[in-house]
Amino acid sequence: MTGNVTSVLGTLGRRLGAVSGLALAGALAAAPVLAQDETLRVVIHADLRNLDPIWTTAGITLAHGYMIYDKLYEFDSAGVPQPQMAEGHTVSEDGLVWTITLRDGLSFHDGDPVTAQDVVASLERWWQRDGMGQTLAGVTESLEAVDDATIRITLSEPFGLVLDALAGVRGNPPFIMPADVAATPADEQISDYTGSGPYVFLADAWEPGSTVVYERFADYVPRDEPADFMSGGKVVNFDRVEWVYIPDSTTTMASLMAGEVDIWELVPPDLAVAMEGSPGIVVERGAYSHGVIRPNHLNPPFDQPEARQALLHLVDQSDVLAAAIGDQALWQECAAYLTCGGPYESDAGVVGVVEEADIARAAELLEASGYDGSPIVILDPTDLPDLHAVALYVGQQLRAAGATVDVQAMDWSTLTSRRTSTSPVSEGGWNILVTYTGGLEAASPLTNITLAANCENAWFGWPCDQEIEDLRSAWRTESDVEARREIAEALQERAYEVVPYVPYGQFFTSRAHRDDITGYIPGTPISVYWNVDRAE
Amino acid sequence: MLRYLVQRLMATIPVMGVVAIIVFGLIHLSPTDPAAVIAGDYATPAHVAEIREQLQLDRPIPEQFLAWIGQVLSGDLGDSIFSERPVLQLIMARLEPTVSLALMTILVAVTIAVPIGVVAAWQARTLLDRALMLLATLGISVPAFWIGYLLIFSVALDLGWLPVQGYASLSEGLWPFLSHLILPSVTLGTAYAALIARITRASMLEVLGQDFIRTARAKGLPMRKVLIGHALRAAAIPIVTVIGLGFALLIGGVVITESVFAIPGIGRLTVDSIQRKDIPVIQGVLLVFSAVYVIVNLLVDLLYTLLDPRIRYAA
Repeated sequence: MTGNVTSVLGTLGRRLGAVSGLALAGALAAAPVLAQDETLRVVIHADLRNLDPIWTTAGITLAHGYMIYDKLYEFDSAGVPQPQMAEGHTVSEDGLVWTITLRDGLSFHDGDPVTAQDVVASLERWWQRDGMGQTLAGVTESLEAVDDATIRITLSEPFGLVLDALAGVRGNPPFIMPADVAATPADEQISDYTGSGPYVFLADAWEPGSTVVYERFADYVPRDEPADFMSGGKVVNFDRVEWVYIPDSTTTMASLMAGEVDIWELVPPDLAVAMEGSPGIVVERGAYSHGVIRPNHLNPPFDQPEARQALLHLVDQSDVLAAAIGDQALWQECAAYLTCGGPYESDAGVVGVVEEADIARAAELLEASGYDGSPIVILDPTDLPDLHAVALYVGQQLRAAGATVDVQAMDWSTLTSRRTSTSPVSEGGWNILVTYTGGLEAASPLTNITLAANCENAWFGWPCDQEIEDLRSAWRTESDVEARREIAEALQERAYEVVPYVPYGQFFTSRAHRDDITGYIPGTPISVYWNVDRAE
Repeated sequence: MLRYLVQRLMATIPVMGVVAIIVFGLIHLSPTDPAAVIAGDYATPAHVAEIREQLQLDRPIPEQFLAWIGQVLSGDLGDSIFSERPVLQLIMARLEPTVSLALMTILVAVTIAVPIGVVAAWQARTLLDRALMLLATLGISVPAFWIGYLLIFSVALDLGWLPVQGYASLSEGLWPFLSHLILPSVTLGTAYAALIARITRASMLEVLGQDFIRTARAKGLPMRKVLIGHALRAAAIPIVTVIGLGFALLIGGVVITESVFAIPGIGRLTVDSIQRKDIPVIQGVLLVFSAVYVIVNLLVDLLYTLLDPRIRYAA
């Protein structure tokens, strides 16, 4: 057959492609879509699904809380609680009565003033959920509003961590809500998102799975002090902040490089390396984390201390961190259960972990534990490359020590479900999981939840040791700094005997932003968006 | 015809029932516990158990199934256990991006594929035909996400012609709307277009060998009119069928494409819900997907009568 190809194609194109043709023609003339100047666009680390930071401990919900709520105290970069909503406080001579005064000018987003009654209601809801809050509630005789601006906490016994509890960042932070909102039972989600923080949540613009929008709270009065870690003046420089959830890391990287977004708050290690030196992009260290290899204390062989001690000899932190994190600038060996660089860094009682792995000694200890060769189930979150590497490393080392290993691949969501199982391995239980916890939380015997050894009430893995619990309790009631340090050392020595978990070192997350973004506060366990500005 | 239509619609009810049972069963086979996901990393086991009880996930599976089916029959798909929003509202909010993407993809694919198929058949066994069919084979073989990244880095990042990601509603203007859809629809439409092009070629080849085409050519009709006015119309039924069946391919592809381009559509809603095991949303979305698939098939069947007047449906 013969004919004119162009003519046929042209006719078909006209009939079928009028709209597509317009679109493609437009594409050639289009300008790139850039972020608007008055709007800060942030790619968040997870999708915001729940809005109640007292109902869930999910990090993204806490970050939402920091946008719209305020707290009485916040930690500074030295780890000292500083007044935020509080003007200040006094403590009675016996240390039992704490009187906190609210600063002037505090108001909720609906215009109502923040009162002591709101604070009391908020704290009463908070301490039903949060671990540190429950500890404070346990030693509190009464919590009352003396007048509109004064709160009084009367303790039944001295407790040196009142302000630390009120400044808590992880778990469920004690955000202050209006009293009628805080009256919501603690096991139900709130439905009113009125806060008194620097931003107002635009509920109508919220698209779960995609976008969260905040606008500046015009009546917010920041403190005069400069921003310092979580504390200081929460100065807002953008009229609007948009949180964008982009599930695909490669797309996020391209979007940041194209200038469509300003900040990417959690960059995977491999892409952080890939973006180093890209024009217009700044890659920085984020918060630091404390690695945790958690044996399940309920199931053999790790119900025996010898088997858990074997893990100490199998792990060489420099190997595991090189495999998991890569770039040596982003990790450091650290054998301290209460983190390195924190107030309780210590080398007391350290066994293995920062030395070359001793496979022979580990094999001896495994045998001494009565290990019968049954498969050791390791939960492996393959969707998180760093933790996947740690799981594979632990499996390889156990195999080298003669153990039978079953590394079970799953996504993190499935792991968070599997880890709740207290069943034997044959019925869906597990032996080892790998994770990490925030460095700030891990630095304190009370907030390092993976160190707690209160049996069935302990974090998943359920270590059970009265001596550890007695030491944590003694640390809590001790107010002398030196005495606390001694208790912390004794705690670490005991931890290296009991092995509630194996610390596999410290490492930093990475974050990235456009080079015109300034004032993005570094190192906070939750990313915060006050103080951030755009350079002229 | 009307009786046929009613009968076909009634026949979808047992299909949807079976889909509901399979969907429910598969979701509950998954080991993920939504209560653990909701509670967060710092939750204690007691906290997780409390949430599980609160969400009534500790009830026996048959009891949960009956409760859900009762809800669905009363027109209520339930609420998301994460955001506590009605599932129907979540789906409706995501419908516009997905429908826009699907329509744009069909438009792009048909616009590219049908001419290619027609020309390939007309120039059968020539170098042009072989080149076009090689292109079609490549289109089917290359993974959609790879095409997506390629387009993002070349067209959006290097050339800066189009946005990397996101979605703009038509209410924000025609250009923002189109500019956010071009790369995703090309990504999603490549395999679809390749499939349509191959079927178009095969169907056209068969028709071009028939007597009425020879007659048309003998009458001196221009080739353009012979191909488009006579042959393409006669070859349309297999093409329309593959466009309809290809819709299933689109539904699967939407999940990947919406993730790569961060489009807040139903595909993303599906993936996010599965990752968290937001059971009511997964069930709702899959039921809607199934219903759409059944309806598209019905529409394709009805379209046959327009394309070929000899086809009549009797109840």
